Formats: sequence, structure tokens, C-alpha cells
Amino acid sequence: MVKNHMQRQFDMKRSLLDQGYLDEQFIQLEELEDDDNPNFVEEMVTTFYNNSARLLQNIEQALVSRPIDFTKLDNYMHRFKGSSSSIGATRVKKECTIFTEYCKKANAEGCIRTFLQVKQEHACLRRKLETYFQLGRQAAGPSANAGGQVG
Amino acid sequence: MNPSNGKGSMPTASSSAAWKAGDVVPDQFPAGLRVLVVDDDPTCLVILEKMLRACRYEVTKCNRAEIALSLLRENKNGFDIVISDVHMPDMDGFKLLEDIGLEMDLPVIMMSADDGKNVVMKGVTHGACDYLIKPVRIEALKNIWQHVVRKRKNEWRELEQSGSVEEGDRQQKPCDDLDYSSSANEGNWKSSKKRKDEEEETEERDDSSTLKKPRVVWSVELHQQFVAAVNQLGIDKAVPKKILELMNVPGLTRENVASHLQKYRLYLRRLSGVSQHHSSLNNSFMSPEASFGPMSSLNGLDLQTLAVTGQLPAQSLANLQAAGLGRSTAKSGIPMPLVDQRNLFSFENPKSRFVEGQQQHLSSSKPMNLLHGIPTTMEPKQLASLHQSAQSLGNMNVQVNSHGAQSSSLLMQMAKTQSRGHILNESAGSHLPSLPSSIGQPIMSNGIAGGVIGRNEIGDNGRGTGYNNQVAQTSSMLSFPMNHTTELVGNSFPIGSTPGISNVTSKGAFHEEVSSEIKSSAGFVSSYDIFNDLHPEKSQEWELQNVGLHFNASQNANPVQGNLDVSPSVLVHQGYSSRQGSGQNRNISALGRTMFSGVEATGQGNAQIMDQQLSNLIVDNPVRVKYERFSDTSSQNALFADHFGQEDLMSALLKQQGNTGPAEPDFDFDGYSIDNIPV
Repeated sequence: MVKNHMQRQFDMKRSLLDQGYLDEQFIQLEELEDDDNPNFVEEMVTTFYNNSARLLQNIEQALVSRPIDFTKLDNYMHRFKGSSSSIGATRVKKECTIFTEYCKKANAEGCIRTFLQVKQEHACLRRKLETYFQLGRQAAGPSANAGGQVG
Repeated sequence: MNPSNGKGSMPTASSSAAWKAGDVVPDQFPAGLRVLVVDDDPTCLVILEKMLRACRYEVTKCNRAEIALSLLRENKNGFDIVISDVHMPDMDGFKLLEDIGLEMDLPVIMMSADDGKNVVMKGVTHGACDYLIKPVRIEALKNIWQHVVRKRKNEWRELEQSGSVEEGDRQQKPCDDLDYSSSANEGNWKSSKKRKDEEEETEERDDSSTLKKPRVVWSVELHQQFVAAVNQLGIDKAVPKKILELMNVPGLTRENVASHLQKYRLYLRRLSGVSQHHSSLNNSFMSPEASFGPMSSLNGLDLQTLAVTGQLPAQSLANLQAAGLGRSTAKSGIPMPLVDQRNLFSFENPKSRFVEGQQQHLSSSKPMNLLHGIPTTMEPKQLASLHQSAQSLGNMNVQVNSHGAQSSSLLMQMAKTQSRGHILNESAGSHLPSLPSSIGQPIMSNGIAGGVIGRNEIGDNGRGTGYNNQVAQTSSMLSFPMNHTTELVGNSFPIGSTPGISNVTSKGAFHEEVSSEIKSSAGFVSSYDIFNDLHPEKSQEWELQNVGLHFNASQNANPVQGNLDVSPSVLVHQGYSSRQGSGQNRNISALGRTMFSGVEATGQGNAQIMDQQLSNLIVDNPVRVKYERFSDTSSQNALFADHFGQEDLMSALLKQQGNTGPAEPDFDFDGYSIDNIPV
């Protein structure tokens, strides 16, 4: 069973990488894990989702305000993008880039549309990572099940 | 690290030793490199920290640029390198970069998810030693030590190449310096500070006298010479050779100048970026003061004292003086932006706070010559005019006192007297009695005192309304030819109890309503002094502690000539407040009349005012209003607590007026024990 879990986790990671949900940065984070911080990656992802929720909210508010302040939007998105890239959320980052381009052109409609994509990718990744970590806990054995959920 | 390694190796060896303050074995370098990471994103920050730790660096993280700067400042030699994000909410990363370079001269690495060419270029121009694109990988971090080494190496090189300008006594510190420098190399490496230079120089010297030349220490004088030379040549045309020639400093080499010039250029660039910021800051500070214009002649007021006491900014003092001196006409000229300027006075009206301690000064200050020329019978109208001036003054005070320099407030009060209403009611802290403008004048001399008085929390102490700056007014009133005790007294001094004259809500005591309650005496006192002056004949011994009280004696105040030493505490008097609260605009004039003029106060209702004012004035503060005539009517009003025998005061007043009997009626003092007033 344990092996199964581990293998499954490994395979999942593989798949996430291949599908572009995650990138090398994620691997780096995992390499940083050590005995002192065995759950480092999960903690980081949790931190990210907590923080990014706020950033997304800022963006959303900026999008609904009239007139739209594109500079502010750009600023928020930039920060969100930086944060996302720090955990290796590739797809999310891509959508952020598209958003930024619309933003620079002051294309409100494009921004709004893309923002929906951003949120979608953001949520999707979260679900996947939750599963991933869950697998990791299962692989580690019953004692590791105490790990928190992502987000 | 032994210096004898030679230049090339020295930096490394010494630096490692330096970094670890000697603890770390050199070959462990770059382990132990002390890194400061600044990023507002918590995810990135933690990840970076982890990565840097993985590189065996010592990491300090912070999420605010300001915090980073203070950390760096507190511990100048505590870090070897800084890594900062470009986009941060509280400060632009490039600005931080500049500041660090300017102040600490540390290598700074910029980071951003933005990899646009412009941004990267900006990093270069601002002096970043590297630019990393997020997400930052650990490989990139592993090598950051090179920036530290490079920087130090460059400094070394300069040191070696440049001649030495023996500044001061560097020469004389051989061994000690060496040790010092060894252990504290960071300092050396980090900045081009003189100390560092010295240390290095020493070290260098010890190593190889021939190769190592003492490092140039850019002392202030030397730098000034440098700057002068650069300015002379023009920053564009300033080449090291020419600068060197212009400076004509023996022992200085072209290389010294060249490296210093490089730093200077960076410095200038940074400055230009921050200059606006600074200037804006400066401006904000300047404005308030500017408001006082013409107050130069506050003579009666011992503004000086006020200023001295720190209550009144010197400038304001001048202003107040100018303005204060109650010249009604002058007032108009005073551009006081009034109160609001700077939040000086927390009254609704520009109540200035009286400086608490002032009273003494005030009292001693020149007596109120302010009232010169003030018609003795302060008719309301006159008073009004006075008020106006006072008002303006008051305003001025207000401004002046931004910090509650009560004294100014007192003046203000005076100025404010216009607003009869309650001027100060709320001023929380020391409110300045809003001295009616009219009062202002006379009060000015006193007023300042009043202002001073104002310090004490006049007014607010629940005194309520009644406390107008009557104190101020009072004082002015006092000075008035006391025939009319222009209400001053009564109302205006809402002498709050205690601390100075707080809220002197001159309710109208002085036309203006110096609602500021003068709690403290300070300002108050002066006013009384004015009175004293004006009517020297009246013996003033009126220590009007509770001036208000006495004033209450509707007696037209015998002109309180004495030295109304209205201590702020005296001024503010609870009792009064209630009375005065009635918002009657007791004109100070009226009050004054009553009280001070001791004269014929014809029982004008001013008595009340006076009472109030007095009480206000006197509240708790030990303002001793020495009114000779004032009978110490209301003991409770003990405005002038100790000094005034209220009874005396009142009686004096009453006497003067020949009984204006109305003492009580007019004055609504709570505090006044009307009984005392011999009608």
C-alpha cells in the first residue's frame, strides 16, 4: 500500500509537470525539503493559497470598480504572478501573463475574461495539489495524515 | 586572513574572516554570508529564505522596505548583501536600492517577476549589482557571494592604487587598527566610510608598506573640496584629473578622485530621485509657521517665555508678538490661517492652547500695554474690535501653538474672540481660551500669557462652556482701562481646571468667545498683568487664582491691575464653566469692566462674564491673578487659587464699582461665591 501511494504520488507529480500545471520551481521546492522541514512544500502551497486569495480579491475589486484603474490592476496582477511563479504554478502564470497584456492595453473585457481563466486555473491547481499532498500523506503512513489540506 | 596574503587573496580571506567576525574559517566562505531579504510576498519570502539557508547563508527576512532600512541602519555592519524585490507596496524597490547604496553601500540584488528590459536596465542604472527573475532558483542564489567579494575587491584595488591622504591621525594607529580592522572588516568592506578606510589603510600599511598605500579618507572637508571642484567644473565636465588639480590636495591621487567621483555620481542620482520627497516633507513643515505673519509685536505677551518653554515655537512667538499685540486693526492684517493650520489648537475655534507654564512668564511679561489705547470703557463694540484683533491674534496663536503652546492659543483666543461663542470648548487638551480679539490686544501681553494659560486644559475639563478664553480676555480686559471690565473676565476664561488653560471657552466673554477654556493659568496670568499695568494704581495683588471668581463679582472689575497671575489652574474653573457655558457671550469687555476695571462695571452683565472668565482663567492653574481689586468671590472658582483671595478680589471689585452689586447677577459663575461680593 505504501508503495502504491508513493508511486501514485510520483506519477501524479509527473503528470502535473507534463501537463504544465507545475514546473521546475515546484521540483526545487521539493528538493528543499529535508528532515527539518518535511512538509515544506505543502506549507508553502498553503501559504500561497492563503495569500493569493487576497490578491485575487483585490484584482476582482479593481475589475468591478468604475472606472477601472489599470495601473492598479497591473500592480496587483504582477504580485499575484510573482507569487504563483514561486510555487511553480505554470498555468496560472501563463494566464497572468495574458492578463497583463490586456491590462497594458487597457482592454477591460480582455482582462475580465482572462481573469476568469486565472481563477479557474488557480482553483484547479489547488484541487490537484490537495490530492497530491494527500497521496503524500498516505504514502508516508498513517502518522502523516495529520497534514493539513491545501488551502 | 593574513594581510600578508597579498592583495589578491586578501579580500577573500579577510572577508570571510570579517564576515564571520573571525568565527568562521575562511574556507567555509561563502557560508555564513549574511543576507537580508526583502519581499512583500510571504510565499516568495519564505521560499527565498529556505533556499538561502540551503546555501548555508545567514538569512534575515523582512517584508517591508522600511523595516529593512531600519534593520540595516541599526546594524550597519550586520549584513553583507541585500536581496530585494522590485515591486513592494510601501516603497519602490529601486528607491530602497538607492538608499542602501547611499547609506550603507552594500551590494543589492534586485528581483522581480518582471523581466522586461526596462526594468532590468533600471536596476543597472540604480546600481543594483544583479537582477534576478522570479521565480528565483537556488542556483542563482548560490552565487550571490560573488557580488560581495567583487565589491570588496574593488575597494581594495582602489585602496592599493590610490595614494593616501593621511587624514588626521590615521597613521598613528598601527596595530590596533589592524586588529580592529581584522575583526571588523565588514565595516571596512562594506562602505567607504572613513573608519573603514582607516582600518584598511592601516592594515595595508602593515602588510606591505610599499604596495599598500593608505586609503584615502574622505573627510568632510575633503569632500567639500571635492564637491566644490566638481561644481566648478560642472558635473558633466568633471573629470578626475581636473578635479584633482582643482582640489590641489597633496597626496591625493587621480584614482582616489576617480573612485570617489563614481560614488558621488551615484549619490547624486539617488538624490534627485528622492529630492522631491524630501522637499515635500519640508514644505509641510514650513507652512504652519508661515502663517503667522505680522505678529511681531506681541509685546505684552511674553512670548518669549512661551517660546522658551517650548510651548511656543520661536517663530510663532515672533508672530504672535507681532500680531498679538492686540491691535485690533492690526489683526486684520494678520494672515493667520488660524488655527486650523496645524492642528495646533484643538478647539473648534482656533483655540490656542495655552502654555501651561507660561503663566508665570506672562505675568511677568510686560504688562499689558496692550491695552493702551483701549478705551477704558470697553464698550462692546470696542471690545468687538478688540476681539477682532484678538481673534486674529488668537488665530495666530492657534497656529503658533501647534502643540498646544498655549500661549499662542491664548492669543488666538483673543483673536478668536470674535467668535463669541464658545470658542474652545472642546479643545481637548489645553485649549486656548479663545480670547476675543479685543482681548487679544490687551491680552496679548497677557494673552500670551493667556496662551500660556491656555496650556492647562482649560475648558475641557468639563468646565464646559463657560470658559472662554476669557482668560485671555480677562487679561485683556484687565488691562483695559478697566472701566469696563469687559466681559472679559467672566466668560472668557473657561479656565479649565488644572492643566493650564484648557478650553478657554470664552463664551463671549470677549466677544469672541474665547471659548477656550483656559485651564491653565499660564496665559491667564498675563492677562492680569495687563491689567495691572494698566491700572497701576490699583494695587494688584490680586492673585487671582480664581480670577473668574472674582470677576464674578460683577464688579466692574477693578481693573485688575495687579498682576493677574492667573495660573492656569486658576483659570479654569469648573464652576465657571457651567456658568459660562451658558454661552453668553460675555464680552470680555464686559467682564473686564466688571472685574477689572473695578470700575464701574456698571454691573453690566459682564460681571458674569467676568466671573466666568475669571474662573476660567483661574481654574486650577496656579495662575495667580493678582487682581487687587478682585475680590475673591468664588472660592470655588479658585481660579487663581492661591494667590487670589477671591474675596478680596471680589470685594475689591465691588468696591470699585461701588457696588455694582450685580456682581452676582451678571456673572454666572458657579464658582463664585457671590456671597463674597459685597454688594
